[in-house]
Amino acid sequence: MSAPLLSVSGISKSFRGLRAVRQASLEVPQGGIVSLIGPNGAGKTTVFNMIAGVFRPDEGSITFDGKRIDGLRPDQICHAGIGRTFQIVKPFKELTALENVLVGALRAERDVRAAKRKAEAVLDRLGMLDKRGQPAAQLTLPERKRLEVARALAGEPKLLLLDEVMAGLRPTETDQMVAVFREINAKTGMTILLIEHVMRAVMALSQQVVVLHHGQVIADGTPEQVVRDPAVLECYLGEEAAV
Amino acid sequence: MIARLVDGVPKRALILLGLLMAAMLVAPLLVDPYILSVLVIILYFAYTGQAWNVMMGFAGQLSLGHALYVGLGGYTAAALYVHFGIGPWAGVWVAIAISMAFGLGIGFLAFRFGIGGVYFALLTIAFAEFTRIGFDHFDWVNGSGGLFLPVEQYSVNDLPNLRGSPTMFYYILLALTAGAFLLCRWLLTGRIGYYWLAIREEPEAAQTLGINVFRYKMIAVAISAGMTALSGVFFAFYYNNLFPEQIFNISRSIELILGPIIGGVGSLFGPILGAFVLTVLAETVTEVMHALGYEIPGIKQVFYGICLLVVIIYLPHGIWPPLRKRLGLEQKP
Repeated sequence: MSAPLLSVSGISKSFRGLRAVRQASLEVPQGGIVSLIGPNGAGKTTVFNMIAGVFRPDEGSITFDGKRIDGLRPDQICHAGIGRTFQIVKPFKELTALENVLVGALRAERDVRAAKRKAEAVLDRLGMLDKRGQPAAQLTLPERKRLEVARALAGEPKLLLLDEVMAGLRPTETDQMVAVFREINAKTGMTILLIEHVMRAVMALSQQVVVLHHGQVIADGTPEQVVRDPAVLECYLGEEAAV
Repeated sequence: MIARLVDGVPKRALILLGLLMAAMLVAPLLVDPYILSVLVIILYFAYTGQAWNVMMGFAGQLSLGHALYVGLGGYTAAALYVHFGIGPWAGVWVAIAISMAFGLGIGFLAFRFGIGGVYFALLTIAFAEFTRIGFDHFDWVNGSGGLFLPVEQYSVNDLPNLRGSPTMFYYILLALTAGAFLLCRWLLTGRIGYYWLAIREEPEAAQTLGINVFRYKMIAVAISAGMTALSGVFFAFYYNNLFPEQIFNISRSIELILGPIIGGVGSLFGPILGAFVLTVLAETVTEVMHALGYEIPGIKQVFYGICLLVVIIYLPHGIWPPLRKRLGLEQKP
């Protein structure tokens, strides 16, 4: 097996004495889809923020594509090939949907016209081409979530970090979203690491699931292994969820 | 490059813009000297407002101390002319360089150490204010006594030394305003423009999309400061006198941002429209009061205040965006 695309080893982060993440390690193989799950406050978003360069880990290292990336700024991380979405969406409100995605596309494509065409293609793939001229402020929350994904995708990342993009979506919308990610993963080989509470999406998408609890990794395996893990059932899924 | 400037712009907008430009070009032949002087003021505010708009309207960085760059530009070119006989066309480059250097210095302090929003605005006021006080005691440019450019009667316009009739100054300003409009359009339709708007809207998301927020904010400040320096050079050679108490005054900083706010922050035509509306209305109010026999000091400022209130309450995005919509001049996506 080849070296993992992303390798997080033993990272920790404290906020004023609160240890949000303790010695967390995980690996994401090239071309894989990995889910990061766990109860609220488990430190999932903090792990994301360390990978994305928002926070510098107190200890440990993060290696991406063979290079150390911990301590880099978010824009440098983006240029290294990692795109992300925010759990609380951050659209450019006064800009149109197309312009939002265009900003993302300009990373890889400096020419505005070419970037615009690319942005249109990405919007089309996410079924939002009819919204292209609408200011982001006028979009519904599910649309904004898709816009967030489109913006990150437009930068052509090697690794896509998705922070709860299914939350608040209806089951059919979730299934559409899952289909989109599967297609992208299959067609372009884009690697995906997602934080998700919607187990329907986690089970359908992931090849590997990592469970975080109190800032520590308590389980790591295939979806089928993880949902039968007694520790995971106790702290997160509950007994009934054993499917 | 030209294609990019007109891309997506409705034909009507181009025709109206052409008509406006034609009207402005022939205006000096038709109007009396008083109207011409009002037109000069309008263009001065339109150009300076456009320069300020680059920082605030595009990149979202509020400067309340733009008089600093006007003053530095004016003083630099005037002092070079008075002391060394260096003509304004050479001096203007030094003026731009010095203004940019100041802007970059302030920008570095603010952006490097994460000073944003209202604190950034306070910082810009502080720099303008202490530069004003510094110039009050700057003997080389005659301190608070003011710096005067030699004034003579000119039978012909001396363009290389910017000595001549108001008409000559009018055309220079018209060229500057048109040039600034095109430059801003060009910037806004390019990669840098979209990056600025992203930073203005949501800096954290912008950075995540690979934008070096610090660098692009610095570029915005440099361009804005450099453009504003030209206003100062014009001011110095048009009015022939510079006083620190006037040119660096905070009321000047406020005055020059009223146009873009009333016209529409972030829009390209907003600063021009705002300058027209505000100057024409203010002059009318002054004239009417004068005709009625009232001489009330500060009436113009009170009037500015009322205009600002009305626009902020009823048209928070300024006059131009709703007007543009009504005229059907909105850009196609």
